[in-house]
Amino acid sequence: MNIGELLRSFPELTVTGVTQGAIYALVALGYTLVYGVLRLINFAHSEVFMVGTFAALFTWGLFGLDSNTERPSIGVALLAILAAIVVAAVTSAAVALLIEVTAYRPLRHRNAPPLAFLITAIGASFVLMEVAGSLTVRRPFGVPALLPSKPLFDIGGWAVTPTQVTTVVVAIAMLVGLDYFVQKTRAGRGIRAVAQDPNTAALMGVNKSRVIALVFILGGLMAGVAAVFNDIKTGSTKFNVGFLLGLKAFSAAVLGGIGNLRGAALGGLLLGLIENYASALFGSNWRDFVAFVALIALLMFRPTGLLGESLGRARA
Amino acid sequence: MSALRERLRISNLPKPARYSLGALGLVFLFLLPNKWFYEYLGIPLGFAYIPLYTTKNDMASVLFICTWIILLSLGLNVVVGYAGLLDLGFFGFFAVGAYVVALLTSPESKLLTEYNWLESPWPWLVAVPIGIALSLLAGVLLGWPTLRLRGDYLAIVTLGFAEMIRIVAKQQDWILNGDRGIPEVGHPPGSVGGEPLFSFDAKPYYWLALCVIILAVFLIRNLVRSRVGRAWVAIREDEDAAELMGVPTFRFKLWAFAIGAAVGGLSGTLWAGQANFVNSTTFSLENSILVLSAVLLGGAGNIAGAILGGFLVIYIPEWLRSVGDVFGLPETVTVGGSTYDISPTSLRFAIFGIVLIVVMIFRPQGLWPNRRRAAEIQHRKKEVAVGE
Amino acid sequence: MLLEIDNITLLYGRIQALHGVSLNVGQGEVVALIGANGAGKTTIMRAISGIRPVASGKITFNGEDITKVRADLRVIRGISQSPEGRGVFPGMTVQENLDMGAYTRRDTKEIAADLERVYGLFPRLKERRKQAGGTMSGGEQQMLAVGRALMSRPKLLLLDEPSMGLAPLLIQQIFEIITEISKQGTTILVVEQNAQQALSRADRAYVMETGRIVKEGNGPALLDDPAVREAYLGAA
Repeated sequence: MNIGELLRSFPELTVTGVTQGAIYALVALGYTLVYGVLRLINFAHSEVFMVGTFAALFTWGLFGLDSNTERPSIGVALLAILAAIVVAAVTSAAVALLIEVTAYRPLRHRNAPPLAFLITAIGASFVLMEVAGSLTVRRPFGVPALLPSKPLFDIGGWAVTPTQVTTVVVAIAMLVGLDYFVQKTRAGRGIRAVAQDPNTAALMGVNKSRVIALVFILGGLMAGVAAVFNDIKTGSTKFNVGFLLGLKAFSAAVLGGIGNLRGAALGGLLLGLIENYASALFGSNWRDFVAFVALIALLMFRPTGLLGESLGRARA
Repeated sequence: MSALRERLRISNLPKPARYSLGALGLVFLFLLPNKWFYEYLGIPLGFAYIPLYTTKNDMASVLFICTWIILLSLGLNVVVGYAGLLDLGFFGFFAVGAYVVALLTSPESKLLTEYNWLESPWPWLVAVPIGIALSLLAGVLLGWPTLRLRGDYLAIVTLGFAEMIRIVAKQQDWILNGDRGIPEVGHPPGSVGGEPLFSFDAKPYYWLALCVIILAVFLIRNLVRSRVGRAWVAIREDEDAAELMGVPTFRFKLWAFAIGAAVGGLSGTLWAGQANFVNSTTFSLENSILVLSAVLLGGAGNIAGAILGGFLVIYIPEWLRSVGDVFGLPETVTVGGSTYDISPTSLRFAIFGIVLIVVMIFRPQGLWPNRRRAAEIQHRKKEVAVGE
Repeated sequence: MLLEIDNITLLYGRIQALHGVSLNVGQGEVVALIGANGAGKTTIMRAISGIRPVASGKITFNGEDITKVRADLRVIRGISQSPEGRGVFPGMTVQENLDMGAYTRRDTKEIAADLERVYGLFPRLKERRKQAGGTMSGGEQQMLAVGRALMSRPKLLLLDEPSMGLAPLLIQQIFEIITEISKQGTTILVVEQNAQQALSRADRAYVMETGRIVKEGNGPALLDDPAVREAYLGAA
């Protein structure tokens, strides 16, 4: 245990933890949305994210930016990031929808048991990951330098880089936007209705298939945005980038209470922080270990996560 | 048609016919890894001859992989198929079994070289029961706190557990020696004409594993038909109702977990013997997921289904590699100046993924399901809401 | 006839829940469906609203064959249901639950008017507008379910056991409101175990036993039928 290291780097660890947490939270939303409506762990969601990382890279290629080019001006960089967000979000949403239509919908039409869904999820995940692996020759791809690495400000060790600010600001905007959509709009009410009681929702005239498609699209959009910032943060991407990140994001969703949107945000944030503090305390090798210990310990005491399963069948 | 199928069911055949069929099957399985035998297995297809054996990898090695995966499927089938507990980290128990054998039998083990806990490496045969016992213990230790969780929460916890084992194994300076691993793991005893029977050739291991599978099948089958098995089915179908009827659900779930873990550990001990080298890279999560898909592809809750599934998840991807060879399919394709690898070797898991999806769409009960379960699923099919 | 059900059968797994049921509901009528527990009353409701598929037979609504029409599209055609067990969305407020009732509609002004009409029928709901559906009492949930079903401006209102689990005073109140709704021009098919109330307020009624219709007639006449009295009204 290295408590000195934790105290020394506390501000830095917190800032990177929040940034990492923002990315987890965005991906976790995809798991939680689908779970809330279908009671299904969408294992293929990690690949939705993975496709997003490559879509972003492709967009930057169109700007003439690659891992060898000079850092562009701030204006161009922000424009490139914005474009990548749009392209990656749309691509990821399209992939998510494709998974729903090809791997899940046919099973729903046959009223297949829940475990069958799990297997098609695994199958879809294999297909996407392996096709991406073949297309990219399984090698890592570098991400162009976009934003300056010099901190925007540094107040008593609390230094924050432009990348970190952008990540957190965009993530918060997405979270607030999604929350508003689900809580306040008609389509959002439809989602909540199906999550709480699918049969009664149909009696109200809600088209369940459309709601499910919408949920996959929303989750895909969030994962696409997360993919862009993960690219920028880690500086590279690879065909299997989704695996561990997806696992972590899923853990984050469970931590907060799967099926609960605000829970996913909270879980992501917590997981990001725990990981960073843990790597200072026990060394970076033990980062993931501590993350899982924390998850399991929490579930022992709060078996449905921190905030419970509120989007889903509320247990009144 | 269905009446004919019913009459041809193996369980409906007269006893002598059943036994001779079984014996014939066993002879076939024991002959299978011999080149002079499997060479004749194939499908003539016009000009081409598609071998049923694998060409990229030695057939005996592939068969041995099949057997230890089948053992894992049998163990996981108890947990998922009978007791209905979703375990996503089953490979963790395999790891426990493998590492115990490696630590106890290897002369390079840190238990000898650094800690001096052992005088000399133990024989493989002594290490195996310890490996099984410790896997069982790991199952109880994991199950005790977690089995009160339900469904998907249990899934994530077991997944986390397997990942934790992997991370522990990965630490270089620890007893498990990280990626450098533990070499010179002991082999099973026995020799033929002065030469040790078990060394690097996979064939004897395959035969040994086959015997172990037969033993495991008998044990599991008796267990499933006992009071314990009925309790598991009750828990799977409706845990609350089972609890109300006085079934101590927690204890039986723990039983399922422990038995599954022990079988998984046994698989690990066999594998470690043949692999001769154990390090952290074998225990990736993908393998846990592979075993789970084996159980569900085959048909959860049915021993024959678990065996079929375990065989197919290894054999199909391996076989696909051979098929590419036969047709002389191009290994790469060049589009717009970039060269892409499209060989079946590279795409085999993608194809396997498609197979998983297609099978689940058309046979959600799995390829060889338990009859009672298949009937449940057939009935579910008729209850889809209108127009869905 | 607004609703015609022609010889439908329905299966739950291997159990046959309906054995060739035929019934019809005319424009403006209040029709009651009575029978013991497990007679198949709720199953008929599910078949009409499309939650469960029928194995054979035909359902015609407003002259159109809707047997194969999806549940949510039946709502658009004018069928609305207050389901068994009320089906209130527990995590939504009273207001949101009522908004869900108008999910298929886009005419904001008219919706607001209907909301006032429902609040007029059930003043209690207006008081509890911001309360979560799951935290309300059984009687309030029942009012909410009925009010919500009205929000789609149905041609046909299906009420499944509106009196279940309610105190006698509340039962009286709910049935008075049902009569009121009927007077305002909505056709109603009501499933009930409380045969006394249902028969005295219905124009016509059907009696079900084990998945079959065994009797039909006008409400008050069935109320006087000795067999019905014995079986469902607890009197000889």
